[in-house]
Amino acid sequence: MRYTPTVGEILQAKGVSRRGFLKYCATTASLLALPPSMIPRIAAAIENARRPSVIWLSFQECTGCTESLTRSESPTVEGLIFDAISLDYHHTLQAASGEQAEAARHAAMEENYGSYLVLVDGSIPMGNPGFSTIAGISNYDMLMETVAGAAAVVSIGSCAAFGGIPAAKPNPTGAVAVRDLVKDKPVVNVPGCPPIAMVMTAVLTQFLTFGELPELDKHGRPVAFYGTTIHDRCYRRPFYEQGKFAETFDDEGAKAGWCLYKLGCKGPTTYNACATVKWNIGTSFPIQSGHPCLGCSEPDFWDKGGFYQPLSTGHFGGGAKLAGAAVAGVALGAVAAASGRKRQSKYTKEA
Amino acid sequence: MTASTEVGVQFEAVHGNVRPILNEVMHAIDKLLDDDIPTTIDLSSLPFGPGELDKLEATLGEGELSAQLDALGTSRIRETTYPGVWWIEHHNVNGEVVGRYLEVTRLPDILSSQDADIMAGRARLEEQFK
Repeated sequence: MRYTPTVGEILQAKGVSRRGFLKYCATTASLLALPPSMIPRIAAAIENARRPSVIWLSFQECTGCTESLTRSESPTVEGLIFDAISLDYHHTLQAASGEQAEAARHAAMEENYGSYLVLVDGSIPMGNPGFSTIAGISNYDMLMETVAGAAAVVSIGSCAAFGGIPAAKPNPTGAVAVRDLVKDKPVVNVPGCPPIAMVMTAVLTQFLTFGELPELDKHGRPVAFYGTTIHDRCYRRPFYEQGKFAETFDDEGAKAGWCLYKLGCKGPTTYNACATVKWNIGTSFPIQSGHPCLGCSEPDFWDKGGFYQPLSTGHFGGGAKLAGAAVAGVALGAVAAASGRKRQSKYTKEA
Repeated sequence: MTASTEVGVQFEAVHGNVRPILNEVMHAIDKLLDDDIPTTIDLSSLPFGPGELDKLEATLGEGELSAQLDALGTSRIRETTYPGVWWIEHHNVNGEVVGRYLEVTRLPDILSSQDADIMAGRARLEEQFK
């Protein structure tokens, strides 16, 4: 069996000083929504961690999730995480193809049986195995064969997590999510269309750091990133409270940056970290750019009525539900915050 | 790139997200003085509207001491005009901000020389005598 260096050895070989490593750990703690008091434990854990083998499977998808990850100007922290994993199979990124690529997948599975991670983007067509194949293997067969020896599975993007756009009505391929098929392994959902690159790497970091997967919500999403709604963390929320709304995309309210609720913003019912982590190196997110949240990290977001219909008048019912949704948003936010504190105290106690 | 102000969109730092942080800083100063417990506020986890982060930075101002760390990109560590309140910004090698914190402490840990680096330095020095 080949020698697997620890992350500490990899960083040392790259000439990273202890100060640099502590800076990396501080950013990691922030990434995982852990308190700064956890930095020494993170440092010890990462230093001694060995590179996990990762097999990335792409099924019915648009490659947007891979684009999000690889076109994200890769901040150093993410670059380091990817130095710290062994990406043994990714048919979009790898140089090998055909039989050689499949041989690499089988070799990684054999060598790391029981300990490798499987990342999946795209949904799986169950209508006909021929709808989507790789090297003549149906998506279903490849998924089930690969997850058999996996430690855990991470569904990257809304298609793998919930079926996504391929599963939108009338779902011509019979698309299903990974969780619909994989029942005997832990499955983490990292939805979004695409998901935020930092969230994807955070899940890997958690596994690398603590050898365990993050705490999940009822949809299998990491609570650290999907624990509060976009609305809860939106900088425009004070305008919602004041009743100041943009009525059209070019009125005075829109120009003044008022709340986009009446323009169809799904922020109150959407759980994701866009409002704080943001996009494009933390520059902005859809609402900051003047567009309502589409709710892309929620199940069946494509079939939930018009993107530009307010929640109060659209698919979700009448005005009474509007108030209900707002109250539920606040209440769920409180539960998530409490859950987050519980999680933090768990780690703090163990430290 | 066209700035939002150039296409007639007017933003002001009026969303009310700065004041609560200043309040938190004041409480953190009390905790440092009364109980000797430092506090770190992770600014990347808080909501900011356009201009609000700049407003926070301007409000805290620049104090007597600043330092630059060159490790995995540049980090700027600067005491604000409020002694004990440090503005820390970590950049990656491309100059992008990867972490932004307010530390309320007497001296941020990252400024201290680390034992591992001291030992490695000593070993390098020892090589000079061979």
